[in-house]
Amino acid sequence: MIKRTIYCSLLLLFLMFASILLISRVQAANLEINTPAITSIKQSMQSRHAQLVEHYDSGAVGLTMDGMITMRDANAVPLAKRQSVNSLVSAENQDRNALYREIARANNHPEWESQIRSTFGQRWINMARPGWWYQTNHNSWAQK
Amino acid sequence: MKKNLFYANLLVAFVMFLSACVTINIYFPAAAAEKAADKIIEEVWQLENEKKEKKSD
Repeated sequence: MIKRTIYCSLLLLFLMFASILLISRVQAANLEINTPAITSIKQSMQSRHAQLVEHYDSGAVGLTMDGMITMRDANAVPLAKRQSVNSLVSAENQDRNALYREIARANNHPEWESQIRSTFGQRWINMARPGWWYQTNHNSWAQK
Repeated sequence: MKKNLFYANLLVAFVMFLSACVTINIYFPAAAAEKAADKIIEEVWQLENEKKEKKSD
């Protein structure tokens, strides 16, 4: 009887590992990023980028570690344009927040939002053009 | 008595099996997320176009 119990437990243990392997295989696939909501956020960010790019280049706007952007050096922008750059930055951050939330939701894991945010934070910085500024940790900036 | 022990063991093993499934299922797929992020960033920053322009130069 005890032998049978052991065999049964071993079998279930084996099944457990088999399922771990199987599920991790499935997970190695892709995240869902082709929903209408994500596409529309992407398009809005894409058209805004044309206006933002000069401010990344000038160093006025920098990339933060948490996947956002921020006004880094307001003096790099003429006083008259400062307000419009500020609103560009806040609109961009709103879109970025929505993007991370939508990706998490599209994959049926709303709790992944913060991990998606930090993944994006690293990747934005990684793919930034030479000359753009990014945050290394709190209150510390570096240039690509 | 022994039979009860057997079922208890079976139950424990089964619960372990189920919890393993749940644990693995909520694990964050970091590599897939990076891939997805790169794809979106390329589109938003239009890095694809740049590459094509460079190639056509």
